Amino acid sequence: MDRIVIGKPVIAGSAEGVALVSKQALSLWGGLNAQTGEIIDRRHDRSGAIVTGKVFVFPQGKGSSTASAILLESIKAGKAPAAIINCKLDPILALGSIIADELYHRTVPIIVVSQQDFDLINEGDHVVIEPHGTISIKAHM
Amino acid sequence: MSVVLSEKDRRMLNGEHGQAAKLAMSILVRMAEVYGATEMMDVTQAHIDGCGLLSDAGLEFAETLAALGGKVSIPTTLNMVPLDVQHWREQGVPEDYAAKALRQIKAYADMGCVPTCTCAPYQGYLTPRFGQQIAWAESNAIVYANSVLGARTNRYGDYIDICAAITGRVPKYGLHVKPNRKGQLLLRLVDIDPAIWRDDAFYPVLGHFLGRVAEDKISVIEGLPAEASSDQLKALGAAAASSGAVALFHAVGVTPEANTLEEAFQGDMPEQVMEVHFSDLLTARAELSTVETGAPLGAVVLGCPHFSFAEFQQLAQIIQDEQGQSVHPGVQFIVLTSQQAFSLLQRSDLQDLLTAFGVQIIMDTCVFHSPVVHADVKVTMTNSGKHAYYAPGELGVEVAFGSMADCVRSAIKGCVCRGEASWIES
Repeated sequence: MDRIVIGKPVIAGSAEGVALVSKQALSLWGGLNAQTGEIIDRRHDRSGAIVTGKVFVFPQGKGSSTASAILLESIKAGKAPAAIINCKLDPILALGSIIADELYHRTVPIIVVSQQDFDLINEGDHVVIEPHGTISIKAHM
Repeated sequence: MSVVLSEKDRRMLNGEHGQAAKLAMSILVRMAEVYGATEMMDVTQAHIDGCGLLSDAGLEFAETLAALGGKVSIPTTLNMVPLDVQHWREQGVPEDYAAKALRQIKAYADMGCVPTCTCAPYQGYLTPRFGQQIAWAESNAIVYANSVLGARTNRYGDYIDICAAITGRVPKYGLHVKPNRKGQLLLRLVDIDPAIWRDDAFYPVLGHFLGRVAEDKISVIEGLPAEASSDQLKALGAAAASSGAVALFHAVGVTPEANTLEEAFQGDMPEQVMEVHFSDLLTARAELSTVETGAPLGAVVLGCPHFSFAEFQQLAQIIQDEQGQSVHPGVQFIVLTSQQAFSLLQRSDLQDLLTAFGVQIIMDTCVFHSPVVHADVKVTMTNSGKHAYYAPGELGVEVAFGSMADCVRSAIKGCVCRGEASWIES
């Protein structure tokens, strides 16, 4: 059955894709290879996964100031996730998406949801995000 | 809710102060909306992290602002840059990489930034003062400026740093505002043997633990020794800002906004209280290594964040105690530092000793950005929680964590060895 949750759009936009779900915070610098889209933090629960084109669902950003640069570069390289869903706002991630908009008129939508709604999204679910923050979740069969 | 702009902000946004200020203000206003800030405020100093990573988009952004005539309006320092500006050729850095890196540095220099090229700006030129409103990027510098100096900055990311430097403005939000600086999580150090305070590994281990449990909350540490040095607090903060989203911690009796527990919590109760036991530190210490004692060693990396002169003195003493031994032929022994700390080293009589031991000093940069670690290195060892955290992902290596003395001994032996004396649970 489809579920609908309403999140707060940090960077508004439309996106859809398959959910890649992590339960751990991630620093994109030191955590994501912008040229391949691979999660390279070897201590992270999704180490080795590819974020490209996925709706990347993880609790929050952390760590390096260079996370914004990695998100920007991944957008330029065409390796970015389709969208990001977090529980807690990380302004450094939002910044990467805003700079990409200024330079290339391309963004990665970023939505913040409650912990409860966060827990409703499972690995492999098909997720559709609308600009005002509605998230439709179709369970993976 | 949208942000209220001053007359000057509006003129910048309209392009009356040039196209670079227009782009910078436009980014700041969009970030104000992200933060939910209702007004803008002045900052009087900036530190740029966007100069460190060499990426096509980052270079394009810097050169775009410079070409639009961007100039910083407040004193602005540069973080480490993608190469050792003077010695990259002899370090084997490829020409095409160097050419782009030098363009990136030039773009920031053309905009009026001071080329300090260090990730430890708080130990050098233009140290901010208590209460000063600043816009700093570089996670370890942010936590040090907030926590140890009592200056006020948010966790700024790459590229908003130069926007703040050009305009002298940031959204009024977060840690710029005193009530938001109060402690949330109390970490009480219990059953920690004071003997461990003398082990320089204690501070990054505590920092790694703190970042993991605090996430983005402001912790207050009770029980940290009052004599904790600048270098020890630097190591603590750098580790905490790697394992967590930490921008500020207080330590009662140590850091300036925490003379007392009450002051650290601004008179309120902690949201959460946690006891930190020796066993927690043992676990945190183990998490920092991905290889066992005895593993063959490829490189030692010290100076993450950049080595101070005091750390060079400490290293020289340890090397002297090893009585004429030197680095094993298969091991690279790298120390990362700033031009400023290096110039102090040159004035001392320590440099010959370090060189004879086999220390390779690299300035201005970082092993994660400049390709200076030999390609065949499979294991690095460090006394830095930050290097230990990021090396497996960024360098594709295994990592061993130990004290500075452990690193020296391991480099001599060619394999990971650790003095466990102070880390054996009593």
